[in-house]
Formats: sequence, structure tokens, C-alpha cells
Amino acid sequence: MSARHQQFAGLYKDYAGKVLATLVRLLGDFDLAEEAMHEAFLVALETWQERQPPANPIAWLISTGRFKAIDTLRRRQRFGELEADVQDLIDELEQHNKTINQQSIEDDQLRMIFTCCHPAIDPQIQIPLTLRELCGLTTEEIASAYLLPVSTMAQRIVRGKHKIKQAKIPFVIPDLSDLPERLDAVLSVIYLVFNEGYSASSGDSLLRTELSSEAIRLARLVLNLIPDAEVMGLLALMLLHESRRNVRTDADGNIILMEDQDRSLWQHSYIEEGSALVRQALATRRFGAYTLQAAIAAVHAQSTGKTDWDQIIALYSVLLQIEPSPVIELNRAVAIAMRDGAQAGLNIVDAILARGDLAAYHKIYSTRGELLRRLGQHSEAILAFEQALKLVKQAPEQRFLQQKLVQLKNH
Amino acid sequence: MQYMLLIYSDEQRWTEEERLACMEKSMGISDELTAQGKLIAASPLHSVSTATSLRMINNKRQVTDRPFAETTEQLGGYYIIDVEHLDEALDIASRLPPANKGTVEIRPLFPLPARRSS
Repeated sequence: MSARHQQFAGLYKDYAGKVLATLVRLLGDFDLAEEAMHEAFLVALETWQERQPPANPIAWLISTGRFKAIDTLRRRQRFGELEADVQDLIDELEQHNKTINQQSIEDDQLRMIFTCCHPAIDPQIQIPLTLRELCGLTTEEIASAYLLPVSTMAQRIVRGKHKIKQAKIPFVIPDLSDLPERLDAVLSVIYLVFNEGYSASSGDSLLRTELSSEAIRLARLVLNLIPDAEVMGLLALMLLHESRRNVRTDADGNIILMEDQDRSLWQHSYIEEGSALVRQALATRRFGAYTLQAAIAAVHAQSTGKTDWDQIIALYSVLLQIEPSPVIELNRAVAIAMRDGAQAGLNIVDAILARGDLAAYHKIYSTRGELLRRLGQHSEAILAFEQALKLVKQAPEQRFLQQKLVQLKNH
Repeated sequence: MQYMLLIYSDEQRWTEEERLACMEKSMGISDELTAQGKLIAASPLHSVSTATSLRMINNKRQVTDRPFAETTEQLGGYYIIDVEHLDEALDIASRLPPANKGTVEIRPLFPLPARRSS
């Protein structure tokens, strides 16, 4: 890639989402806005070479894109592709106040995220649409991050844009009455993007890191405009996970458990920011599941030497009330085993299994195996780890379980 | 922007009382939408047992005594509304009584190209 192209790629990544969001609002059309934005970037690439970039590059790009769109609309008009209200739009664009302030740029990004995460758009499409239209990722990058063919991803994005246009999904921040429900959808998209970037499954690791940082950036953006407790909670949860990204595995990609991680390598600025957000969210008393999960992660992150299991168990109990789930029950059982001993944890794990829940979930068997090992019941532990190994799909976890089995059998 | 709201529900699941209550409430919503200039047309439909389907096979009519598809929920009525955008259509759909018993499908109307008057 030439220096010039690299510069272009950098500019694009930094500004595309912001420029596009405002152009979509002004033009009311995704395709027209994208075309205008690309033309504006090309002009920027030519003129910013010779002269210094303008003081406010985003406003410059939006303004240039606006003129390019007027050109395109005029051309269409000449060729008789006139849609009824094109002239009105041209007039409106020409009169549009040139000054575009920071607040309106951020509001437009928020409009964009609510539009891309509109419940009328298939969840499988919401994510790539958000990554492309808001984060400036290319279709190729999104496809490779999700291990899908580029054509499949392109089809999803096109379908999403068609739906927005043809069903006329409005480019607005939802009314206060709809906000909680709509915000939930946005937060879940952000968390899914983060988890995809954070998960240990295969794929380009650089792209995965980028997905996680985009999710964090989106959460910051939403929090900036909607200071809701759960937005704080989600941002905190992601920051606390992200703080351990590089120490979760060793150089060979093998899993390192939290108790064995080198805490000095954790990213402490993230832990501090995440913990402060948790306190702020808890203080509102309107917090939910994200905040509670973040609070649990914060207790783990802050404990040096001795973990406060009482507090972790209490947090899991509240979480279970808000969001009953056997996976959360399993996590709580692990905390109980840490406080009250392996047998107490094992009783809960067996009760979950007896109900028939989580029968296909590898972690319940590896947890069971670990608790049995601590109780000295090695042959039963081996059976449980073998069951887990049968169900697990990811290579690092497979290696982790195989290691456990080798240790047990040599005992 | 015009939308058609297609109302689907299981015909068997309505008691006569519920049907009357639904009709009354729906008429109230229709009156309100008419007053706001947002209603183009609306009507309940007779049961699917009254449906007739037709296909032209080799220029000959093939008429059958059944709906287009046998489904567990049936098309029971429709509205055509003229509103700003999908969110407004969703707001109206959420107020329709059958939304609690079945599904309201919201479809944007395809705008016909302007007729050139010579």
C-alpha cells in the first residue's frame, strides 16, 4: 500500500462514520450519502496533499460531500431521473447552514446507531450495518472478522440499506417513551460486537482487537449523549474485560486462568475507569444486568490476594433475580465453591444438570471436573473433563482440557 | 409514506364477545386516524372459510374453494395508512387490538411512477 493510500485509509477510518451520519441526515438517502462521502474523500486526498488539511476536516468533508450530492442530484435531474421532491432537496441543501458543530455531528451518529439497530432490521444485519455505516469498517473487513464470504456480508448490508429506505425507517433518536426499549437493542448490538472481538475463536486477531475497541468507542459515544446507568454498566464491563485481553492467553494461544495471570500486565487505566463507572452506575439505583456483571468483574479486578467471594455471590444472586439463567447459576456455583468448599459448589452444579439445563454446555462439565478433582475424586473428574472435551469447539479450550486430563491421569 | 397493516390471527381463538370488542375499538382507532387524515382504507375480512382462490392455467380459470395458503394464523383484516415513517406505523399497529392475539405485518406500499399526462 502506498503512503498516499495509507493516508487515505487512515483518514477514512477516523472520519467516515461521522461524515456519513450527517450526510445521511441531510440527504435522507444512504446510497446518495455514501457516494457523496466517497467523492468528498477523493477531493480531500487530492487537495490535502498540497495544502495543510483544514482546521475542521469533518466539517470540510461534510460540506464537500453536500456539494457533490447537489451535483449528482442536478445530473439526475438533467437526465430526467427526477424524483418528485429532488428540487426541494437541492434548494434545502444549498441553503443549509454551513457551520456544522460538534453536537450535531454526535447527534447524527446517535441517529445512525438507532437506525442501524432498529428492531425492524434483522439482528444478523444490524451488526454489519453498524460496523460499516458507523465505524467505517469495509465490507471485506467485517466479512473476515465474522469468517463469512464477502458476498454474504455484502448482501446483508445491501438488504439492510434497502429496508431502511423502502420501509422508511426514520433517521431519528427515539422518543423518550421508546428510548429504554430501543437502547436495549443498541446495547446488545454493541456487546455482541465486543464479544465477537474478544472471543478466543479463530480469525484475524488484529481485526478482533479492532472490533472490541470499536464496541468501546460506540459505548462511549452513546454514554456521552444518554447518561443511562446500563450504558455505564456496559462500558465498564467491556473495559474490565479489555484490561485483561493480552494476558488471557500465553504466546502459544493457551488459556491462562485469572488466578494465574500476571496482574502487573493488566491494563490498570481500564480497570480504574471501569470501576469508577460501576460505582457511578450502582449509585443511580436504576442499574441492570450489565452493571451487575461489571460489578462482579470489578471485584475480581480489584482483589489483590484475597477475593471477596461474599460480595461476588451477593452480586450473582441479584443478577439471577433480574435475569434468571442457568449460566449465571453455574458462575454463582463456582463462587460458592470458592467460599464454602468444592462440595457445596458441586451440589449446585449437579442440581442444574439434574434439571436438564446446560446438558450440551462444555463449561458445566469442566467445572464439575475441576470441583471433583479438588475433592480428590480423580476417576470421576476424568470422566467429566472428557465429556467437556467432547463438547468444546475452540482449540485453546481443547488444549486446556487435554492438559488437565494429562495431569489427572499422571497423578 | 403509505403502509398496509395486515392483521393475522388464529380465527378459532376469538370468542364472539372478543370479536365485538375488537371491532368497536378498531372502529374508534379508524375514526381517529380519519380525523388526522392518516387513514386511506380499512376493513375486517370474513373468515378464510369464505375465501376463493383463482389461477389462470393455459388461459383457463382454475378456481378453488380455499385461501392462498393454509396457515395457523389467517389474514383477518387490513388498514392502509399514510404516515411519516415506519416508527409511526409501528405505533399505530401496536394499538390495534389483534396485535395482542396475533401478528400485524407492516408493508410499505410501492409508490407507482407518476403518470405523464399529455
